[in-house]
Amino acid sequence: MTKIAMNVNGKAVSREVPDNTLLVEYIREHLRLTGTHVGCDTSQCGACVVHVDGKAMKSCTMLAAAAEGATVTTVEGLAASKDELHPMQIAFKDNHGLQCGFCTPGMIMSATDMVERYQAEGKELTEEAIRHELEGNICRCTGYHNIVKSIQDGASKMTNA
Amino acid sequence: MSEGIGARVLRKEDKRFLLGKGRYTDDIVEPNQAYAAFVRSPHAHATIKSIDSAAASAMEGVEGVLTGPELVADGIGNIICGWGVTSKDGTPMNMGAWSALATEKVRYVGDAVAIVVADSPAAAKLAAEAVVVDYDVLPVVVNSVDALEAGAPEIHENAPGNLIFDWEIGNQEPTEAALASAEHIVELDIVNNRLAPNPMEPRAAIATFNEAEDHYTLYTTSQNPHVARLVLSAFYNVAPEHKLRVIAPDVGGGFGSKIYIYPEEIACLWASMKTNRSVKWTSDRTEAFLTDAHGRDHVTTAKMGFDKNHKIVGLRVNTKANLGAYMSLFSSATPTYLYATLLSGQYNIENVYADVQGVYTNTVPVDAYRGAGRPEASYVMERMMETAARQLGVDPAELRAKNFVKEFPHQTPVIMAYDSGDFKANQDQAMKAADYKGFEKRRKEAAKRGKLRGIGFSNYIEACGIAPSAAVGSLGAGVGLWESAEVRVNPVGTIEILTGSHSHGQGHETTFAQLVSERLDLPTDNIQIVHGDTDKVQFGMGTYGSRSGAVGMSAISKALDKVEAKVKKIGAHVLEASEDDIVIEGGAVKVKGTDKQMLWHEVGLAAYTAHNIPEGMEPGLKESAFYDPSNFTFPAGCYICEVEVDPETGTTDIVQFVASDDFGTIINPMIVEGQVHGGLAQGIGQAMLEGVVYDDDGQQLSASYMDYTMPRADDLPMYKVMHQSTECPGNPLGMKGCGEAGAIGSPPAVINAITDAIGNNNLAMPATPSAVWAALQEVSAKTAAE
Repeated sequence: MTKIAMNVNGKAVSREVPDNTLLVEYIREHLRLTGTHVGCDTSQCGACVVHVDGKAMKSCTMLAAAAEGATVTTVEGLAASKDELHPMQIAFKDNHGLQCGFCTPGMIMSATDMVERYQAEGKELTEEAIRHELEGNICRCTGYHNIVKSIQDGASKMTNA
Repeated sequence: MSEGIGARVLRKEDKRFLLGKGRYTDDIVEPNQAYAAFVRSPHAHATIKSIDSAAASAMEGVEGVLTGPELVADGIGNIICGWGVTSKDGTPMNMGAWSALATEKVRYVGDAVAIVVADSPAAAKLAAEAVVVDYDVLPVVVNSVDALEAGAPEIHENAPGNLIFDWEIGNQEPTEAALASAEHIVELDIVNNRLAPNPMEPRAAIATFNEAEDHYTLYTTSQNPHVARLVLSAFYNVAPEHKLRVIAPDVGGGFGSKIYIYPEEIACLWASMKTNRSVKWTSDRTEAFLTDAHGRDHVTTAKMGFDKNHKIVGLRVNTKANLGAYMSLFSSATPTYLYATLLSGQYNIENVYADVQGVYTNTVPVDAYRGAGRPEASYVMERMMETAARQLGVDPAELRAKNFVKEFPHQTPVIMAYDSGDFKANQDQAMKAADYKGFEKRRKEAAKRGKLRGIGFSNYIEACGIAPSAAVGSLGAGVGLWESAEVRVNPVGTIEILTGSHSHGQGHETTFAQLVSERLDLPTDNIQIVHGDTDKVQFGMGTYGSRSGAVGMSAISKALDKVEAKVKKIGAHVLEASEDDIVIEGGAVKVKGTDKQMLWHEVGLAAYTAHNIPEGMEPGLKESAFYDPSNFTFPAGCYICEVEVDPETGTTDIVQFVASDDFGTIINPMIVEGQVHGGLAQGIGQAMLEGVVYDDDGQQLSASYMDYTMPRADDLPMYKVMHQSTECPGNPLGMKGCGEAGAIGSPPAVINAITDAIGNNNLAMPATPSAVWAALQEVSAKTAAE
């Protein structure tokens, strides 16, 4: 057992957990933040994507211990409040970018990271780039059409926010 | 802005999913919860000599290790198929025994042998690995053709030759005669590949036995919790219905695979009673590949005859359907009544005959997967039509149009009575949107870039809105396929709709509210949809077969009729007017042509206070209804796929995909388009990417996302989706259903386009780059030989 402390969604947390605890288990089972999902066991589906120190990470691929001292944002920490959603969350709603909702938290965390990286590098986030960037996020419901539209719209909403 | 029928209302359910506040089964924690892991067979076929669980039982944190013989001794019944299919010789289907935990024999890799219950998931998994099962390995057969060969390993002793049924439909002798005298004959061998449904949320269950009450609660990832309770109770003897509550909370996609009641749910319920703990099980992805019911897996030969005017005179189809190692809940219906009944397609064909053999193999059970039988039928029909057009040297759109059914109702030779449609209108719309006229120019332009461009049609029809109970009962269904609903108007005027349908991505919380908003002229914010809990909802048959609009909403509509009638009586009484003059609009009950009105909440309050309601009227404002459809519904459409193939690599790009559908009345176009997008992605996935692969020993080689190609964003195009609707006369809303069409119609369009591009009709799904490249080499070899 190891005591692991980090900052999650703006709050300092600390839990005594088995050494082999994955970050996603720490988030879901120990902090009971169940918005982060597990959809596979080979790091392909991306339902577990969170931000660790500002970067999108698959939390099933990282030990909780490796996030010791880190700043972690999960989908629960993205919106300012329940009535003030993040622009990307609004874009997913406006463009019907979700159906069953299971892949959605990972999609949104990947999408915000993608937009921030492209904006920081001054690159245009084209449809082709979005589709390429979504390599690590699988959705079975939407056929991606409306997810791509959501991210395009979210990018513009984030720019104007 | 109207929120009623036809409005693009944004989804009410989105907020909780966007905020990470969805509540899926694995998110739930019960007090004193333990965790289950299953000991699964590593062999595809073996007898169990012994199970030694002593070491596992002694491990730290282990609550119990429970096996098949104990389950049977406790009276837990075998898992059954709920649809009896009769063979052409009049004998019933040969259903082999399926125990939730295997007793003497295992029949596929993943077959559950024991359940281990422990304090943590890790402890349960470790202990499961420590259970020692001694097997005698038996010979294995994994495909339906081999399984029917003489001398093939016998999987169930009561299914000689592995034949479950040999079923037929249509008119055999006239069909043979028509084919014998036909001017042109088109023949094709067709394989419909085996697929893993892969909803993103893996299956999960939490079972809790309350010893004091002799009562069970089951949270489960189900598309139909009410049917789950019925079957768990009536057939598996887990608990009587009034002592079993089944809850399907937020469910992360189903696509058919969450219709069925699986061994794990039965075992968790039973283990909860045995250990007196809440028992939670969550599948991992590889376990899902190994145990979730697969879809499709047909081997078919088809022969179609045309007269000299290119009218179809007959069609004969022979199909071998691989049903896996056990018969899943609807497994017999999928390759028979949901498949061969659509083998007349959109065409007026006098003579159709089909023969279907259901076959046991040492593979995961096969059952309904998005489309269930109808994708298999449309693949046969539309590959045949495209092949015929090429063989006859005519335009594929014209050949289809020449043979369209043009008058309705239309009785096919294979049971179905099409009630409405305008196939030509959809085809015309799709051709216009696809700029079909300009295709040859685009093909030439692509050739200049070294690309092979092709175009393919698919004019699908399907049957959904399942189904008239008496009709399906006469065909072997074990249940009625009506739906139920309850409308509760609260004393303050807000409304709860309790529905037997279950939403797992379809957006019912929005569309069902839109129906109520349309009828009662109230904002959707005042309307809450309740579903997925057998303690709350009176009953239901669940969501599959694109039935929740046509059947589920019709039940709501029927209950709303009763609410409206009562509201009008109360309004007439209080406002001292004739019932005929009462209208419900603008959040009030009004007397036509006057300024007299009661606000909506005042009506609710009047009903519940009952101080001033008509004499003899019962207080309250709550009505329920059961709706049994009068016919199937028949969505149909025209899909046109355009591709470019790189001849150097065999890589295919979909450069355009047009879908024009007739879904009847559309409640929310945004949601309908989303359903089509998702269906298209699964159909394109089947056509180009997906395929379950077994080796000869029955090991699944494609049991992870590293081995099974799930469609990614960069595999797929933007789709052009449009509608051309005719109203369905069979239900009060005129709806046909949209949930599966995309997956039903798209595979033949894709394969027709690729085979058109490469000039070789010999191409099986999935048309991966290597398969396309190999097909191109055949063309080159043939050209060189000539």
